[in-house]
Amino acid sequence: MNSKTLLYIAKRILLAIFTVWVVITVTFFVMHAVPGGPFVGEKAVSPEAQKVMEAKFGLDKPLFEQYVTYLGDVLHFDFGPSLKQRGLEVIDIITDGMKTSLVLGVIAAFTSALVGIVLGAIAALRRNKLVDRIIMIVTTAFVSMPSFIMGSILLLLFSTTWHLVPANADTPAGLILPIITLALYPMAYITRLTRSSMLDVLGQDYIRTARAKGVSGPKIIFGHALKNSLIPVLTYFGPMLAYIVTGSLVVEKIFSVPGIGSAFVSSITKRDYPLIMGTTIFLAVLIVVMNLITDILYKVVDPRINLE
Amino acid sequence: MQKKHFTFHVDLDAFTPASDEEKEYLVQMRPSSTFFRDGVKRLLKNKVAFVSFIFIVVITLSSIFIPMFWPYSYDDMLGNRPGEPADMSYNNLRPFEYSRTEQALMDEGEDVMPHIFGTDAQGRDYFIRVIYGTRISLAVGFFASIIVLVIGTLVGAISGYFGGKVDLIIMRLVDIIYSLPDMLMVILLSAVLRLTLDPVIEHTPLAAVGSNIISLFIVFALLYWVSMSRLIRGQILSLREQEYVLSARATGAKGGWIIRKHLIPNCISVVIISAALQIPSAIFTESYLSFLGLGVDAPMPSLGSLANDALNGLATYPYRLIFPAVIISLIVLSLNLFGDGLRDAFDPKLNN
Amino acid sequence: MALLEVNHLQTSFFTDAGEVKAVNDVSFTLDRGKVLGIVGESGSGKSVTAYSIMQILAGTGKIVGGSVKLDGQELVGSGESVMKTVRGNKISIIFQDPMTSLNPTYTIGHQLMEAIMLHTNRDRKQAYDRAVEMLRLVNVNDPEKRMKQYPFEHSGGMRQRVMIAMALACEPDILIADEPTTALDVTIQAQILELMGQLQQELGMAIIMITHDLGVVAQMCDEVIVMYAGSICEQGTADEIFYNPCHEYTKGLMRSIPTADTAGQKLQPITGTPIDLLNMPEGCPFAPRCDNAMKICIHHRAERMRINDDHAATCWMNVKNAVDKGEMIIENEEGGEDNG
Repeated sequence: MNSKTLLYIAKRILLAIFTVWVVITVTFFVMHAVPGGPFVGEKAVSPEAQKVMEAKFGLDKPLFEQYVTYLGDVLHFDFGPSLKQRGLEVIDIITDGMKTSLVLGVIAAFTSALVGIVLGAIAALRRNKLVDRIIMIVTTAFVSMPSFIMGSILLLLFSTTWHLVPANADTPAGLILPIITLALYPMAYITRLTRSSMLDVLGQDYIRTARAKGVSGPKIIFGHALKNSLIPVLTYFGPMLAYIVTGSLVVEKIFSVPGIGSAFVSSITKRDYPLIMGTTIFLAVLIVVMNLITDILYKVVDPRINLE
Repeated sequence: MQKKHFTFHVDLDAFTPASDEEKEYLVQMRPSSTFFRDGVKRLLKNKVAFVSFIFIVVITLSSIFIPMFWPYSYDDMLGNRPGEPADMSYNNLRPFEYSRTEQALMDEGEDVMPHIFGTDAQGRDYFIRVIYGTRISLAVGFFASIIVLVIGTLVGAISGYFGGKVDLIIMRLVDIIYSLPDMLMVILLSAVLRLTLDPVIEHTPLAAVGSNIISLFIVFALLYWVSMSRLIRGQILSLREQEYVLSARATGAKGGWIIRKHLIPNCISVVIISAALQIPSAIFTESYLSFLGLGVDAPMPSLGSLANDALNGLATYPYRLIFPAVIISLIVLSLNLFGDGLRDAFDPKLNN
Repeated sequence: MALLEVNHLQTSFFTDAGEVKAVNDVSFTLDRGKVLGIVGESGSGKSVTAYSIMQILAGTGKIVGGSVKLDGQELVGSGESVMKTVRGNKISIIFQDPMTSLNPTYTIGHQLMEAIMLHTNRDRKQAYDRAVEMLRLVNVNDPEKRMKQYPFEHSGGMRQRVMIAMALACEPDILIADEPTTALDVTIQAQILELMGQLQQELGMAIIMITHDLGVVAQMCDEVIVMYAGSICEQGTADEIFYNPCHEYTKGLMRSIPTADTAGQKLQPITGTPIDLLNMPEGCPFAPRCDNAMKICIHHRAERMRINDDHAATCWMNVKNAVDKGEMIIENEEGGEDNG
């Protein structure tokens, strides 16, 4: 690895840290810009009790002081106690939710990548034949259908109508539909990406050179073509994780999965500020880190890339 | 001297020089035409894109005109008439079923417009709600894309043309906004903006639309212009290097004229394609938010919120999910297909 | 027996717009150790001819007729298993653009060794040594270091040398060079050509040199084929072609070369644009651009006519000249004889 690469990596890490700071700051000030504060509209709270609660949560101090305190806490992974779920620390809610969501997300990601790459390669190699056309039509459909529609329809068909799988995510069997729903869009996207990337590579001169050297068909595909084709696919992994994280919001709602997605959505409707901030920051950091890793990986894998 | 005999019979006259006209006859050049005419021809040949386009037009016109003559309104709870006892028979009607009151009217010989999609749990005609939902989705998609287009083009053009410090600052800003996780920010901002905007727009016509949608537009304006601006900037930067800008300069043309006459027309195809593909993504974002309950305010329906509401009675009334689901899928699908078709037809890089 | 015999080769591309007859009845032979030049404009079919010999045509291309015999063995229709042993081993090819012809994600050493281990029985160590040896042969300095480097770290001239090393690693009988110097600087061009000539002397292989540069032909080739619109206009020894061109197209080419004698005069290009292969006329494909086209050229393709032992051309002008000189008699329809 040469110095140019190291410099690039350093710049990217700095940008990532800066982005995270922006997220924290934006989230904090946006949440506190809401008129009335978190206790407005609570039916059973008298003004005195409200004041006590505000003091307890530090909401009576000047805004900037709250901000600095919060920043410090965040660096210690302390997001404070949940406002609406009495007795629970935000960080615990997050880790609890992540247990389920992580499993869902990782399985969905790997499945979609594997299936997508295989299907995309097949489509590229059998270009314009029936297999290719079918794959293209199916992937176009999946790419265009919003995930919550897919999920709802899958729920309707496989659970409600045909009773093949349970509707709740309590059992492992109940996780099948959520995982499929999460994986469909990335799978379709990766298939198309692999296909076009491979077609592009197969048309390159160096493939012709390899053929002219007498390299056999399969070896050309797996040796020369695949490596070069997968580079664009690799760059999709960061955005894919972002998609899976946000996709989990609807998937968890449809299938009643107790993950971090549902925690996030309900925190917003319940105006549980610490939880909102905690989950936003956590998820944002996750996405930023994945993007960072993808960028660095990309630079390392393809020695030619020279991004400014 | 050798005599070589030819065995085919030929007229000596055949060895006289050929005229230019005779040579012309041999050559049939393919007629050339302009870039745009070529592109439109290609687009029309693309059956899939053409069908998609027709569908989009039909749906758009339906969503605009049907509510004008449809007898039912989207927020009209038909069983609830002020001053009269509630008529529960209007609720949860299946497609083409009638309530008791309506049945009675029909028995008397009156014509009652059937509920094509049935009614929902509050006795509202579902068909018109779906139509209104479509209207919202299309309107949001269209206007959000315009906002993104305008802001993105302006920023990108300024950044690309002026370069230097201006460019640097803008691009840093773009980088930061680009690396923010967009969905999270959208949800957060719309949730907060809704609360802030509610009191502000309470007595204005905007209240009907709902603060959520307004906040959606605001969020789009804040966050989604970045990729468009990068695109435009890239186009302008590459065009700046072209020879003819130099030559235009040489004839004394001023800066603004250069931008208008030379640079922008060439960006147009790229911009149009990008904008066309922006619309389905905006529609998707709106329906996604509505599905989560963070979109349009009730009673105004959105295809997303209708789908969400349908989840509750899924076993009994599956059609309540299917209708909005099918429509939104078709809308997004045909917009994507049309955008693909546009790209295939007009993208100069793809032409061989 | 000639090393390579190509007979009535026909190759077409089947596109959405129709069948493109890229190679239309091409025949020639190549003897051991000789250098054959194929000359023509872009679209004349010279590269497609070479790719047909090696059967590395792109997707929609197919050999639709004719035969290609290497040392007596028929290659057309022989199948992939046979062709795999031929490519890179008995016939090698180097391409025009060295920048894109090497895989960017593999080191030079890897790509060289791949060729070697594919066709010979060497193990990795031996293949490595052979690769280094080949790099030295093509005058690449510091070969051990280069083996570990990637193609993008080198200049065009260097990459072309690597291509040549890769092509020659298995000591092929024939080296096809498809416009090897077109993408290079003039000075590097001279170096590469000199290298090729030198290697040809040392290794004794035959070369098919595809080019549109007549200077290269003059420098290197024993025999020449001139192609236009997929067919051969004229073929013969280099001397014959240069000093006694017998096809209007070749004459036009020769005229367009600026020489010391014509210094100060206007350049004489061949007017018009190359033919559209999708709309081939019924007569001679060059007729629309030919200053001396005759009525017969419009409607009838000429046949291949022998000028002498070393020279053949496909042009009606030869008939006319012979008739004018009284060397030929035409029988016209009435059956009588006519001395023109």
